[in-house]
Amino acid sequence: MGIIPIPTVEPRPQPQGGPLLEAVHVGFGYNRTPVIEDVSLTVNPGEFVALVGPNGSGKSTLLKVLLGVFAPQAGSVRLFGRSPEDFQERWRLGYVPQRPTLASEVPATVEEIVAAGRLKQRGWWRPSSPADREAVRHALESVGLAEMAGRPINELSGGQQQRAFIARAFASEPSLLVLDEPVAGVDGESQHRFRDSLVHLIHEHGSGVLLVSHELSAVAKDLDRVVVLKGKVLFDGPPDELAATGVSLGIHREDLPLWLEGLR
Amino acid sequence: MMMRALLACVAVGIFAPMIGTFLVQKRLSLVGDGVGHVAFAGIGAGLLTGIWPVWTALAFAVVGAVGVELLRAKKKASGDLALALFFYTGIALGAVFASRINGGKIDFESTKYLFGDPYAVGWGGVLAVLALGVIITAGILGLRKVLFAIVTDEDWARVSGLPVGPTNLVLAAVTAGVVVAGMRVVGILLIAALMVLPVASAQLIARSFRGTLWTAVAIGAVAAATGLGAGRAFRVSPGGAIVLVAAVVFAVVAVAKRTAPRSLAGGQ
Repeated sequence: MGIIPIPTVEPRPQPQGGPLLEAVHVGFGYNRTPVIEDVSLTVNPGEFVALVGPNGSGKSTLLKVLLGVFAPQAGSVRLFGRSPEDFQERWRLGYVPQRPTLASEVPATVEEIVAAGRLKQRGWWRPSSPADREAVRHALESVGLAEMAGRPINELSGGQQQRAFIARAFASEPSLLVLDEPVAGVDGESQHRFRDSLVHLIHEHGSGVLLVSHELSAVAKDLDRVVVLKGKVLFDGPPDELAATGVSLGIHREDLPLWLEGLR
Repeated sequence: MMMRALLACVAVGIFAPMIGTFLVQKRLSLVGDGVGHVAFAGIGAGLLTGIWPVWTALAFAVVGAVGVELLRAKKKASGDLALALFFYTGIALGAVFASRINGGKIDFESTKYLFGDPYAVGWGGVLAVLALGVIITAGILGLRKVLFAIVTDEDWARVSGLPVGPTNLVLAAVTAGVVVAGMRVVGILLIAALMVLPVASAQLIARSFRGTLWTAVAIGAVAAATGLGAGRAFRVSPGGAIVLVAAVVFAVVAVAKRTAPRSLAGGQ
């Protein structure tokens, strides 16, 4: 399969202020081997963007640069209009890591994990307020885990655990949510819950979402844009336009991953 | 004398598992042992220079604990390799220092710190242990939520803007403080056991992080008091008896949990 020309996308109307996340001509590599080159990407308020690419396409590296873990070697990154190191209001950025490094040794309840999501917002040295507890309860409800708040997290299924980490990100009521492959190997019920909670965040709070995932079938109808990455941005546009090139996000689940493999 | 020893042992039995809960969750169960070995270099340095060995041990332990943390955080070495580097350098330095004053043989005074002696701790020492215990407890209780967030998911905590680096350094320094405070009571070689064994038992019983922390503290305090009494009754080393009691508690809890998982888990 050949490389798809990047369609010129009309700039979308921006409801409030500028983009939440903006990468302009970003480049990064390890030991002088470039991993990503000339990557430009924006996520606006209320926008649902999926980032896809084959293994080794630089998705994880790009995410680390976007979140400010690594400084870009070329180009620039803006989070909420500021450079990542100057961006102090970190609670406005919700992050769901790929595989949370949870030691199974010491038990921790779902509620304890989710409550950690409020720390930065209220100041970690302050005791939790009723508003904090309400936000935690709301976050647990929005992912369908309210009943399991007191359960140790390592007794939950993989999908339920992942929803707990999404609730932790929700607890700070983020304006931008970044998820790194959150639904890999998750059961159907959890995928639906997952989709509903993301749509809720976008519609109710006007938040922007950047989802890195291969499994887009559950959210295919809700996506505003799909960005295909393989070192460079190969495609950036609405799912319909990607579908027009013969790639399906929803009907045949295998289509997207197979097509991505073909890009190697 | 018994009262002094009891106070010192129970204090160590309380604050060692308190910090241990965070170290176990961070998968650094053996860090106390490594820091203890570095503290031994401090003991040797103190004996050699004539400074009170507790001060020199504290200085060496803090430098060692912070060094291990910096190596680990900068990913220059994995957690256990970083530990090993300090661990062996520390014990070797201690051996060199402690033998330098005694014509090439390890000075007997230094070995007292290896296994500790709660009865040898005077009121001044007990008050120092208690004061250190209050500071450590207050610090951990104040930092417990951010510590929990960081030790459970460091990458997430960093992206979320929590003060990961400074908090980890505080945790390292407090670990050094616990080692040195416990050194005179149960000894350098055994203090790390009191950081880990009660936590190992508690995490089998408790169903939350908070519950694990307080259960570990309770087990630590009871093991310290029981061990001290057993040591006196059977005329054996109190430090050794305390750690053996903690080990027996773990064995009993592990077997009980295996045979009756529901009742111990407390249902839902």
